Amino acid sequence: MFEFLARVFGREANASKNVAKERLRLVLVHDRAGVSPQLMETLKNELIRVISNYMDIDEKALEVTLETNEDQVALVASIPVRGMKRVSRELVSSI
Amino acid sequence: MSEIIVVTSGKGGVGKTTTTANLGAGLASLGHKVVLVDADIGLRNLDVVLGLENRIVYDLTDVTEGHCRLRQALIKDKRYEGLFLLPAAQTKDKTAVSPEQMKKLCADLAQEFEYVIIDCPAGIEQGFRNAIAGAQKAIVVTTPEVAAVRDADRVIGLLEAAELRNPALIINRIRPKMVRHGDMMGIEDIIDILAVDLLGVVPEDEMVVISTNRGETVVSDERSRSGQAYRNIVRRIKGEAVPMMSLDDSGFLGRLRRIIGLK
Repeated sequence: MFEFLARVFGREANASKNVAKERLRLVLVHDRAGVSPQLMETLKNELIRVISNYMDIDEKALEVTLETNEDQVALVASIPVRGMKRVSRELVSSI
Repeated sequence: MSEIIVVTSGKGGVGKTTTTANLGAGLASLGHKVVLVDADIGLRNLDVVLGLENRIVYDLTDVTEGHCRLRQALIKDKRYEGLFLLPAAQTKDKTAVSPEQMKKLCADLAQEFEYVIIDCPAGIEQGFRNAIAGAQKAIVVTTPEVAAVRDADRVIGLLEAAELRNPALIINRIRPKMVRHGDMMGIEDIIDILAVDLLGVVPEDEMVVISTNRGETVVSDERSRSGQAYRNIVRRIKGEAVPMMSLDDSGFLGRLRRIIGLK
């Protein structure tokens, strides 16, 4: 009965179209990243540029990947830090 | 000025060939000179959808291999002044044609016709590359299903990589009632995800099956919803601004449903 009412008033939170849309969104995150490895490469280089303003990092060991768990896609970056730059502390204190 | 348009989708069975046939018949019935090219070498379908299967003498590969002149291979549709078909070969495979040959073929056809519409095979392999090689514009057909929209997204990426920018989307076989009930992705959902321009929406309609059975095109059926949808798309291709057709039921029941809040 509740389901019937929910259908009538169109308030079904888990209407199957929402499930479809969500699954599609997730799968496209991966498809689009896979189609353009250069996108991940560009992102990696930009990350290195920004982070290097604050820290000494091991650029060669840096890893950036997309990981999926159930209903989320996460950008996971593993960035070994060699040391902090002094300038970063000054930047923080000036804010 | 002629236009060379490829109709593609990635996924099979979403209605590329039906769309191609209806756009061709629709443009021809408005007085344009149109040629439809079946680029699905080895699996020809456009001839049967148009009801022209008994009239084929030569095919596309006969032209590219020089066995006949282009004009000899063109089949005139007697029901529409100005509508022609260039059929695909049924006994060859996709490697029988190269992208360069398709480019030349399209350019030659564009000399004679206002619209050259290419029916692309499913998939993204050589048949796809051949079909898009000579095109200037692309139409992507999808249905409101996860697999079809996913493949459409992939194809849009490949089209853009091949310099066929801003493909236009046709959403086929939408069921307004299921969309209202939240059980089918709607127009906004799909446009949201694919981020392309919408060329038109064609509702699921038994008349498409019935007319295809007869080898006719639904675009000339004045009473059917899908025919109206195709006629609207044809006018948009010509550059007219035609508002999207309402997908709500327009009859008595539809109005009643809206009045009592059941939409």
